[in-house]
Amino acid sequence: MTDWRPSASIETLRKRAAFFTSIRKFFADCGVLEVDTPCLSANTITDVHLEAMVIANGADIDDENVANACLSPLYLQTSPEYYMKRLLAAGSGDIYQLGKCFRHDELGRIHSPEFTMLEWYRVNFTMDDLINEVSALVQALIGLDTETATYQQLFEQQLGINPHEATTGSLLALSKTKGFGEYADRCLRDYGEHQGGIDALLQLLFSTCIEPDIGLEKPIIVSHFPASQAALAKLADDERSALRFELYFQGVELANGYEELINTEQLVQRFNEDNALRKRIGKVPKPIDNEFIAAMRSGLPACSGVALGVDRLFMLVERKHDIASVMPFQLG
Amino acid sequence: MANFSTNEFKGGLKIMLDGEPCSILENEYVKPGKGQAFNRVKIRKLISGKVLEKTFKSGDSVEGADVMDTDLAYLYNDGEFWHFMNNETFEQIAADEKAVGENVKWLVENDVCTITLWNGNPIAVTPPNFVEIEITETDPGLKGDTAGTGGKPATLATGAVVRVPLFVQTGEVIKVDTRSGEYASRAQK
Repeated sequence: MTDWRPSASIETLRKRAAFFTSIRKFFADCGVLEVDTPCLSANTITDVHLEAMVIANGADIDDENVANACLSPLYLQTSPEYYMKRLLAAGSGDIYQLGKCFRHDELGRIHSPEFTMLEWYRVNFTMDDLINEVSALVQALIGLDTETATYQQLFEQQLGINPHEATTGSLLALSKTKGFGEYADRCLRDYGEHQGGIDALLQLLFSTCIEPDIGLEKPIIVSHFPASQAALAKLADDERSALRFELYFQGVELANGYEELINTEQLVQRFNEDNALRKRIGKVPKPIDNEFIAAMRSGLPACSGVALGVDRLFMLVERKHDIASVMPFQLG
Repeated sequence: MANFSTNEFKGGLKIMLDGEPCSILENEYVKPGKGQAFNRVKIRKLISGKVLEKTFKSGDSVEGADVMDTDLAYLYNDGEFWHFMNNETFEQIAADEKAVGENVKWLVENDVCTITLWNGNPIAVTPPNFVEIEITETDPGLKGDTAGTGGKPATLATGAVVRVPLFVQTGEVIKVDTRSGEYASRAQK
């Protein structure tokens, strides 16, 4: 029989609506403006490990090779970041968006190709200011205090190594003792022995040996990721770590935030590095979003921003095992 | 046989690994915030029975294994092979010692067993969860003890040795749980 029923109970959906109301109240109280930027864009991101879904716009939908035939594809947004930064550059001031994002080929217990993201930007906030605000939001939503630690502290505590000084050899040896030798070898073949490979092994060790053991009692914010994993964050003064942080609770990654990189030339350089790595591993390089770059050149105000997976946080509040059971319908 | 991508992995899927058919027990998709996604997979090798964990890069494909389970009735052992029959088609299949393995001690004539076939050949034989077998030898035990504390070993007609309560005697038919190898009850007459 065809299973047409929702994947969450109606009771859970009532609580979900109340959860959204609490989020909107928090930002209304802080004087942050709600925006609803488009889900679709002519451009996408260069991230090596994120793929956008493509809409075959302008093509004959009866065409068998619709993806190849379409003249002007549109991408579903993996995050509202670029649109929101264009608003900030245009003088919007503090803004938040609570809406849908889309990521190709992500499906699992805590992954869905379509999910609800809360993303917000605060003008003149440092990373520490924003970490405090994330903690305040978490306190308002789930009534728990949040701990903090640095990426380096966690690696030293859990694995006894300094992630900023670890060599390829030492990370490979550690991966082997943890039972990931074969996959670690593969990472080094794919990403090279230098920074790309080191980051792949650090990410492997973090997500298998650190993430499951942190933030079990209360949420934890981990800051100062390696400079090579800065994404769109400013570098810290030591230049080997970035002003990037993530929120974890009960082994689930919930949010990713930055003190935003303002320097456009550095930003373009990072996009080009992304594309070089994409080519190395056989992925198609992505064109850089010119409207976003033009907005950056005209001047992004000093700000910090963060994106939080709302389905995941609500899943933990409801003590459910997977996000499908707190979303109206399961995909795939 | 078709290939399967990691995003098709789920419990019960049969794949080939190191030349051996395997069954996926658990599959977990892991995506570091800014990193390469991977799948942590718990796998049982179907011939050796070994359970292992393996990490795949997400998006990789592996060859599927042509493995199917079929329910067949046990007929007899000819000294080299154990013969099973499909009760509907009367088709017969012979399993060797390697496929039968330790479960030989639970094979009772006419019991319907699950035979796992790889490329049409039997690689494993799983007996029913409960079998009824006659006790061929056990100590008479203490008369009057019906509490069954401690119990005593009993040898069954198939060669299996199980612990039984003291009141159970040679010649009686007992019901045994083949998953644990433990005595369940006296057989219903």
